[in-house]
Amino acid sequence: MIEKRPLIAGPFAHAGLSTPMVMAWVMIALTPATVFGLGLFGWPAIFLFVVTVGTAVAAEVACLRLAGKPLATLGDGSAVLSGWILALSLPPWAPWWIGAAGAAIAMVVGKHVFGGLGQNLFNPAMVARVALLISFPLEMTRYVAPRPIHSAVAPDVREALAVTFGIGGRADLDAVSSASLLGHAKTELARGVPLSDALAGGFDPWQLFLGNAVGSLGETSALLLLLGGALLLALRVISWHVPAALLLGVAVPAAACHALDPERFLPPLTHALAASTVFGALFIATDLVTSPVTRAGQLIYGAGCGVLIFVIRTWGGYPEGMAFAVLLMNAATPLIDRWVRPRVYGRDRKGRPLPVREAGR
Amino acid sequence: MTPRARDILKDGLWTGNVTFAQKLALCPLLAVTATATNGLGMGLATTAVLAATNLAISALRRVITPQVRIPAFILVIAGIVTLVDTAINAWGHELYKVLGLFIPLIVTNCVILGRAEAFASRNRPLPSALDGLAMGLGFTLALTLIGAIREILGSGTLFAGAALMLGAPMGVLETVVIPEYKGFLLMILPPGGFLALGFVLAGKRLLDARAARKAAAATA
Repeated sequence: MIEKRPLIAGPFAHAGLSTPMVMAWVMIALTPATVFGLGLFGWPAIFLFVVTVGTAVAAEVACLRLAGKPLATLGDGSAVLSGWILALSLPPWAPWWIGAAGAAIAMVVGKHVFGGLGQNLFNPAMVARVALLISFPLEMTRYVAPRPIHSAVAPDVREALAVTFGIGGRADLDAVSSASLLGHAKTELARGVPLSDALAGGFDPWQLFLGNAVGSLGETSALLLLLGGALLLALRVISWHVPAALLLGVAVPAAACHALDPERFLPPLTHALAASTVFGALFIATDLVTSPVTRAGQLIYGAGCGVLIFVIRTWGGYPEGMAFAVLLMNAATPLIDRWVRPRVYGRDRKGRPLPVREAGR
Repeated sequence: MTPRARDILKDGLWTGNVTFAQKLALCPLLAVTATATNGLGMGLATTAVLAATNLAISALRRVITPQVRIPAFILVIAGIVTLVDTAINAWGHELYKVLGLFIPLIVTNCVILGRAEAFASRNRPLPSALDGLAMGLGFTLALTLIGAIREILGSGTLFAGAALMLGAPMGVLETVVIPEYKGFLLMILPPGGFLALGFVLAGKRLLDARAARKAAAATA
């Protein structure tokens, strides 16, 4: 059925942003946090990053060839960016096949079965992250404490090959693994330990903000991620609506619950700084393809993501809920776009022409 | 006019395949195909039911008046499914324990009533039985294929537990495809069923498109 709608005529102006440019700016914005993460977790993280991005590009090429599409679209950088974002959300010392399998899932199942860039319903990197988390819970939750690349405890290239690729003997990761803050809080709470004991001495919000913390490859440093996000906001690649609504969506229920029972609920600042909150708010939930188009819709979407993150972290089975929350709200995006429609200029919300006021009155 | 046996077979196995072409009976398909063995067992059970119901309904087609045919068909189908259900419970108890609930639910499988309505009520008993057999085998093919994909990717084995469920001679089917496999849990879980089905359907369309291109090139 074709709806009877007025044709909307110009004038329209081009914003000057093209897809390759958007992708390039996002990559530039991600660079500080990425370099910091790679330095913080050393050679294994670098190998994992290279494998993940490389596989994403290879899978993109394979899909484009299979679909008979021009390989030129590879130049828009979306495959590199999806692989990049996925790599940043992985545990830094994960084996190579985690990155490779994840990148292949992101490109094939997350993107190309829907018809390629711009057609996908779900964020490809988060599809891959959830698939990996459900299938390989052990590898996906084994974090290590930071071992900066030039420090004495950092593994050299040979040891790193063992960690990532299993070359030259298998590395004993259990000896070096360390719990992330949210994971630690969750296990301690499940044992009945109050939070004030569980976090005693081990938690410094300032270190969490700077990024010297246990966590996924590129999610540790809130400061550098905020820097990159500020760049994207300044360039108007993203708008403030989704990140702000998401952070408030996490912080408001967290603050309310923390005020009611500080021994059972983490403080809002921890929720905002820990794990992937900032990364997700600025770089994942803001994905242009899978988030609503209207400003009001983006506020609903961002707040929904935030509340879901808090709910999953607090009452769910997994310590971190970013990926699940984003996927659930991705699924709700078409609905939000149906509900929240902008008013057509000169017409009321139902599409009827506004009454014309006679001239001279 | 009665269709020829070759056409009936071809229709059931490929062109009119329950899963790949008609996209019916997806519920048992997604539910039991975590392993190839389960798929094969469920497929064979459905095949037995389909052949028997088609035969019975075709034989009764002049007795059943059109106005009450649907309830009558369902009664016949339910009776036969109960027989198959009891028979599997008696002689294939291990299989029954795995497929459990899904055997009685064959009654509600839309393919059974669909074939009764579309074929058996309009054709003579022998072609009808053949149609049931062909459709059932086509369904078995789909179930086993999707089960195999999910099992290989999900746990690295193929036809695991076949000896226990389908009888000792079927033990030859049991293979370990990927030794020391960690297991890709997603493929065993329900999403794996949808993913495998989607990719298999895409593969079938690819083959059909290729065949159509070849045929067009041959006539040109």
